[in-house]
Amino acid sequence: MSHNKERLVVIGNGMAGCRAVEEVLKRDPSRYDVTIFGAEPRVNYNRIMLSPVLAGEKTFDDIVINDEAWYRDNGITLHAGRAVTAVDLQGRKVVAEGGLEVGYDKLILATGSDPFRLPLPGIDLKGVVTFRDLDDVNAMLEASGKPGARAVVIGGGLLGLEAAYGLARRGMNATVVHLMDVLMERQLDESAGYLLREALAERGVETVLGAHSEEIVGEDGKVAGLKLKDGRVLPCDLLVMAVGIRPNAALGKAAGLQVNRGIIVDDAMRTSDPAVFSVGECVEHRGNCYGLVAPIWDMCRALADELTDGQGGYEGSVLSTRLKVSGVDVFSAGKFAGGDGCEDIVFRDAARGVYKRVVIEDGKVAGAVLFGDAADGGWYFDLMRAGTDVAEIRETLIFGQAITEGLSGLDPSAAVAAMPDTQEICGCNGVCKGAITSAITSHGLTTLDDVRAVTKASASCGSCTPLVEQVIRLTLGDGFKAQTGPKPMCKCTHHPHGEVRKAIVEFELKSMPAVFQTMEWTTPDGCASCRPALNYYLLCAWPGEYVDDSQSRFINERVHANIQKDGTYSVVPRMWGGMTTPDELRAIADVADKYDIPSVKVTGGQRIDLLGVKKDDLPAVWADLNKAGMVSGHAYAKGLRTVKTCVGSDWCRFGTQDSTGLGIKLEKFMWGSWAPAKVKLAVSGCPRNCAESTCKDIGVICVDSGYEIHIGGAAGLHIQGTELLTKVATEQEAIELISAVMQMYREGGWYLERIYKWMARVGLDTIRTATVDDLDNRAALFARFVKSQETAQIDPWAERASGGVAAGEFTPMATLPLEMAAE
Amino acid sequence: MTLQAHIDPDWRDVGAVTDIPERGARRVATAQGDVAVFRTGDGQIFALVDRCPHKHGPLSQGIIHGHGVTCPLHSWVIDLATGQPTGADAGKGCTPVAPVMVKDGRVYLAQPVMAD
Repeated sequence: MSHNKERLVVIGNGMAGCRAVEEVLKRDPSRYDVTIFGAEPRVNYNRIMLSPVLAGEKTFDDIVINDEAWYRDNGITLHAGRAVTAVDLQGRKVVAEGGLEVGYDKLILATGSDPFRLPLPGIDLKGVVTFRDLDDVNAMLEASGKPGARAVVIGGGLLGLEAAYGLARRGMNATVVHLMDVLMERQLDESAGYLLREALAERGVETVLGAHSEEIVGEDGKVAGLKLKDGRVLPCDLLVMAVGIRPNAALGKAAGLQVNRGIIVDDAMRTSDPAVFSVGECVEHRGNCYGLVAPIWDMCRALADELTDGQGGYEGSVLSTRLKVSGVDVFSAGKFAGGDGCEDIVFRDAARGVYKRVVIEDGKVAGAVLFGDAADGGWYFDLMRAGTDVAEIRETLIFGQAITEGLSGLDPSAAVAAMPDTQEICGCNGVCKGAITSAITSHGLTTLDDVRAVTKASASCGSCTPLVEQVIRLTLGDGFKAQTGPKPMCKCTHHPHGEVRKAIVEFELKSMPAVFQTMEWTTPDGCASCRPALNYYLLCAWPGEYVDDSQSRFINERVHANIQKDGTYSVVPRMWGGMTTPDELRAIADVADKYDIPSVKVTGGQRIDLLGVKKDDLPAVWADLNKAGMVSGHAYAKGLRTVKTCVGSDWCRFGTQDSTGLGIKLEKFMWGSWAPAKVKLAVSGCPRNCAESTCKDIGVICVDSGYEIHIGGAAGLHIQGTELLTKVATEQEAIELISAVMQMYREGGWYLERIYKWMARVGLDTIRTATVDDLDNRAALFARFVKSQETAQIDPWAERASGGVAAGEFTPMATLPLEMAAE
Repeated sequence: MTLQAHIDPDWRDVGAVTDIPERGARRVATAQGDVAVFRTGDGQIFALVDRCPHKHGPLSQGIIHGHGVTCPLHSWVIDLATGQPTGADAGKGCTPVAPVMVKDGRVYLAQPVMAD
């Protein structure tokens, strides 16, 4: 060791410390005498590859970066397993365990980070580990050796998921407990999070979201389970805490360096002491601490420049993330979730389980999240970091680098014309250009639908539809017929309502993200047109199981009142069959007085409307009406509204049956049911039809010998008389048949399609066959309606009046003091 | 470390981000009228004067999708970031944007909420 060399001491034998030395040696191999201190008793290894070691996909030897020969060949003195206990900035020396002192000219602190441990009761039990170093991995492997052993991992971030996956691969039952509702929420949006959850479940990793950990339960000093705040206990033999990391700045702080969250460094990686530098996860640079590997490499390069007479200029890092779980391709970078002034381009391919979202801001890529096919992650990341203007390639950007660069510089039709016959047009179904052109000529196809039917091109996700149309146009010239056929639900999808409804049942889609992915929605969370429809379709398909999403409901259904032009609401209590009592009327009058309600009106549906109620007053108004025995009239609902009646045989000299009684029975049986659109019923006691049954969605006309059931009337935008469905003999049969028709409409109608339109579409005969002729089918429809009603008949007013549901809906979030705004 | 130390006194704490439902909105009552504070599906917070440029419908009562809100009265779609109507109604007036800030999970509105 010659003494004219400067002495470079590195504290930390991890990825940052060793990479810094490598970078220095690359620039000037003979400048420094290098000494490295490492707390772990082993050579430098690639910590980020611990996950594959845990999963058994790699061995420790595979992940060693620098073996002993490297230290020897480069003349580096390694003190492994020897922690540095103090740094003497004045005397420019470090003190290690055992009293070893080493002087330095330049010092690098690369002390990394510590895993964060939640301060839960039971944290010190045996079997509670973090996921940071090889010792942790060994502890996990030991636990996984026991047959049937169970592991709980707290933390649904990158590290926690990789740990859980590794443990599942080792044969353990692994469950991830995550505080948030989306896995890896700092890297993934809801759609990608949903796919990830499904992919993990397929790989034996269960996930519990929105879970607050309360206590680690022990038995004989050993972990036995994790108790959650909601009382659930998840039994386990191993508990891995992977909730994040904290910069390890203790040594720097004790030495007197400037430390905030981490050791503060400038752009040259220099700390507050000019001879001391720092890199890696222990560092705080421009207010940021990093926990990923790419920024560490950036820092090491800047540091090495500085230490070898260059200009060290680290300006912070733009981050990207990849998850290391075999077969689950996940990439995330930048503003993946969008933000102010950002636009989204979304691509979904359900057949391949692909979701891509590229976020554009000011004509540049600002972020991306890719699931299932992350091959273009690097390309998007490069575009993002380079700040490339992507306006020119916007059309094809989402399809990736190959397609985009293959088409650049050409106008779309020229680009399509220039494509070779072997160029794949439809990635979902593997259809190339030549297959489309030859199908067009050999089958004489003229429309997009024809081409779809014969070749399947653009028949899955539809994103290549413009390309396919271009091919048809090029092949046929003016012979091309533009698209007709069922209209898509909305601009978020190319699927019509019927297909979506069918898929929900067929593929057992039980959540909105599931529909968005499987049906390849092109927007991240739908629009005001498709979301209410999907919410209804899911509710109808999975009664009691699907949780209603109030934010996907139109305001009237969200607050259970009708919004008026001035932003106030109208309130209509139910009056069964149009019957009321003096007590109810008194209660309504009292409410109108008490809350200063400006208008009280009798409606066409035989009840009373209180108009002009302030939103803040709604819960109190409802509470008062509830007290008098009244419930919501659902005057706002896409669902059962009123059952209008005449007085029938009770009073009327012409009445043939108890029409009022039947109306009340129908209303009591059917209230609360949601439907594609509003449903109004009426029961008239004789053919004079005083209840106007023949312009209702479903109407009953009582005759001497029984009950005529009419359907498909309307008296709104369109005036239409009903059609006679059939005649039945008894009240019970009438109720069953009407419920069955209602259920058939509920299951088959398109959102906002009234019964008369549904009937025009499917045909009266179809409805008659299904509900009148086929008695088994009628019984099955009736049974499904009954099942659906089990969870539907809860008075929404009572729930909200008590403050139990949607408490925040009816009060301002805050009231800013009036004097503050006075100027 | 006190939170308020970093917040300009003109910013008013109006509640936690989690007080607003995802893809939802809450009203904040101010001397200049209600302000609608929106929380989008991707966790962003926006604030607009609670008044559609069309017929003054309360935007806080609309359905939130992407970074837009559909007015409950006549289904105009307003861009949350700019207050501009979008689609067929683009260019027909504008809802004033209220300055809003999120820090440590709390939502802050500037006072006054609109420049008069």
